[in-house]
Amino acid sequence: MALKKVKGNLERIFDKNLTDLVRGLRNNKDNESKYIAQCIEEIKVELRQDNAAVKANAVTKLAYLQMVGYDITWAGFNVIEVMSSPKFTHKRIGYLAASQSFHADLEMLMLTTNMIRKDLSSQNQYEAGVALSALSCFVSPDLARDLSNDIMTLLSSTKPYLRKKGVLMLYKIFLKYPDALRPAFPRLKEKLEDPDPGVQSAAVNVICELARKNPKNYLGLAPVFFKLMTTSTNNWMLIKIIKLFGALTPLEPRLGKKLIEPLTNLIHSTSAMSLLYECINTVIAVLISISTGMPNHNASIELCVQKLRILIEDSDQNLKYLGLLAMSKILTTHPKSVQAHKDLIMRCLDDKDESIRLRALDLLYGMVGKKNLMEIVKKLMVHMEKAEGTTYRDELLLKIIQICSQNNYQHITNFEWYISVLVELSRVEGLSHGSMVASQMLDVAVRVHAIRPFAVEQMSLLLENPYAIFGMALGSGRPPSMIQVLYAAAWICGEYCTFLSNPKKTLLGMLDSRMVQLPHNIQSVYLQNCLKILAHLLPSQSKGSPVTANLLTNGTEDGESDDQPDQNVDEQEHSAVEPDKVNLAEIQDFLKPFISSEELEVQERAGCLNNFIKCYVKLESKGQIDDISELSEELANAFSSELNPVAVKAQKKVPVPEGLDLDAWINDPPSDSEEETTETTDVFVKTHTAADFGSTLTEKKKVPEPTEEELGKVCLDTFYIV
Amino acid sequence: MMHFMLLFSRQGKLRLQKWYVAHPEKTRKKITRELVTTILSRKPKMCSFLEWRDLKVVYKRYASLYFCCAIEQQDNELLTLEIIHRYVELLDKYFGSVCELDIIFNFEKAYFILDELLLGGEVQETSKKNVLKAIAAQDLLQEEETPQGFFEDHGLG
Repeated sequence: MALKKVKGNLERIFDKNLTDLVRGLRNNKDNESKYIAQCIEEIKVELRQDNAAVKANAVTKLAYLQMVGYDITWAGFNVIEVMSSPKFTHKRIGYLAASQSFHADLEMLMLTTNMIRKDLSSQNQYEAGVALSALSCFVSPDLARDLSNDIMTLLSSTKPYLRKKGVLMLYKIFLKYPDALRPAFPRLKEKLEDPDPGVQSAAVNVICELARKNPKNYLGLAPVFFKLMTTSTNNWMLIKIIKLFGALTPLEPRLGKKLIEPLTNLIHSTSAMSLLYECINTVIAVLISISTGMPNHNASIELCVQKLRILIEDSDQNLKYLGLLAMSKILTTHPKSVQAHKDLIMRCLDDKDESIRLRALDLLYGMVGKKNLMEIVKKLMVHMEKAEGTTYRDELLLKIIQICSQNNYQHITNFEWYISVLVELSRVEGLSHGSMVASQMLDVAVRVHAIRPFAVEQMSLLLENPYAIFGMALGSGRPPSMIQVLYAAAWICGEYCTFLSNPKKTLLGMLDSRMVQLPHNIQSVYLQNCLKILAHLLPSQSKGSPVTANLLTNGTEDGESDDQPDQNVDEQEHSAVEPDKVNLAEIQDFLKPFISSEELEVQERAGCLNNFIKCYVKLESKGQIDDISELSEELANAFSSELNPVAVKAQKKVPVPEGLDLDAWINDPPSDSEEETTETTDVFVKTHTAADFGSTLTEKKKVPEPTEEELGKVCLDTFYIV
Repeated sequence: MMHFMLLFSRQGKLRLQKWYVAHPEKTRKKITRELVTTILSRKPKMCSFLEWRDLKVVYKRYASLYFCCAIEQQDNELLTLEIIHRYVELLDKYFGSVCELDIIFNFEKAYFILDELLLGGEVQETSKKNVLKAIAAQDLLQEEETPQGFFEDHGLG
């Protein structure tokens, strides 16, 4: 027996302690997981021993492993064992391991309740202290409910250390178990006047956090906090109080008015940047909430903007960032004050720090006007070339489009310039908002009539030489997002084909055999717009010589957009040679790869186009000129009316026809089988009582059963999905 | 309220992780990995704040260690930087010119000091003196226990 004990002791001498473990880990960097697996095996053996010290050592090592990144939840029972040791050393390490690894869903948390309760009332304040620190990390609603009274008792402890920890712990309790708030609140309020500054600070802290979540209930405390604010010199506490006021002022504008003076005093006098920042933020929040008419409004805003300028000019990146952040808040309500500092913000655009550049970009939105738009956009384009990351470039692109298109293009004086900007943007590599650029092009072309000739000219260039811009990426598996501009280009050229200088060439571009590599939506648009151009070209083509003579002399005026750049030898014999006349047979050849496309839409449209041409050719070969001209006239008419943009609210303006009640049930309302109770997410609002539930239950019973007649109706109604 | 604090080296090895909001282990690992890579990829001159998911992250590098805290949207970033600095000062005072190795071999002490500075993600004690006093008292308790315990524990008492 004794021998066994001695043997056991000898084995224990070889146990690794923490230092050995750490050293071992550092020496085994190459086979870390193997070493750790071995250590865990050893730990498991140690945990089976009776000896408390050995167990505590094992748990220390486990805590270390947890910190490095290994899971130790399997050792939960052992951790609790060590936590319950009478020795402070073991208790401390047990609680540490618990705070690291326990979480609210762990079932064995219930086992800890009594132990924690015992420790909280311990003579040794530090035992209660470690228990509180750990509890705050893993408290669950059950634990909160069971222990809330014990923690409230701590509030009246003679030791300020415990009162302080207790107050802070209460916040966590309230978060998990809101019902504890009501009984605890008076005691908490008392702590605001606690003689110990640490406890007072803690109470202020907790109440401020509570008030932010539910400001209404704490309005009554405003005078107390006002007094604290004007008398305290503790910056940490001041910041919390000021933040609290920021949350209260939206509810009580008079409070805001009273605050402006002390806050501005603080802004003038303090040298602590964090306090200054908090004051400025709160002043902004206050001034946003006070609606109108205060004469010293502007003075305060000016002061804030001045101070923010100082922040932004500082060489410390952090202050710059925060200054810009606060400026953007002011921008929403007082844009003029910010505009005065345009130069400073433009300089920030050149900053090396990407986060600062992004913040400056955000500010630009409010600062552009007609005069500086082009300059700013030019600057942004220059940035885009120099920019390294793709996210930044995308941000820039979004910004450019945003500032140009804001308020219905309010600031753009020269739309031709904007179209060229868009085209240039489509040339930049690596951007991902191609569809946005495309929709901008479409938007501008549709809304600005005067710009259409220019737009069509630019777009046809894109259509004719896509490879020049997109290069080999055109045919790759993942074409660049910018390729969507071809969508816009095709549509614009098709819709406004009267402005095309060489429709046949444009058509040739669209039906080029390499275009089958394009994304399917673009191919579909291509084909549809080929039809439109065809519709445009055919009527004049079918009218015979006068037009063809015209074509000879005037070059390609309104060349029919039928794709047929090839010189058809037959046609040359029939009529006077017009090199620009559309050759329908050739178009049909070009259509072949599209007809056999694997994408339905493409196939369908190509097929339709092909069949139409077949009809036309058939009529032509039979010499039925009248029918042909009629056919082509009809087709042209199909595309003749203009498509206008539809306003976003247009649907609302459509009057509801008389006698139609949109709110009446079409069939009888179904009876609910289950009421879903919706609980508010407000943490500190009283939950529903049983009475509430009772009433809803009785209501349910009052819903009438559908009569036989109605049931019959139900079956006949084909739209009723049973 | 602070949601968590991470300390990690320039190679991305964790030296301390304190969570004030309980997450299951897998989530913690994911968050840690993501955040560590993001912060390590930032250049030295960049500002100390970044937006991450729905939280704000404040980080600062002291010698070879990154101190990184995640705070809520309404919290004051400059104040968090103060908290980090206060923690570093405390460690420095306690270990006497602290370096990364001190934290590696005495990780539990680093945790204990943090537990006196913050509780539940909120500042507990702003006076350095008080924090160090509390730590010293607890250390004394541990020392007083050990000699007695040793012989008993090993069955030789």
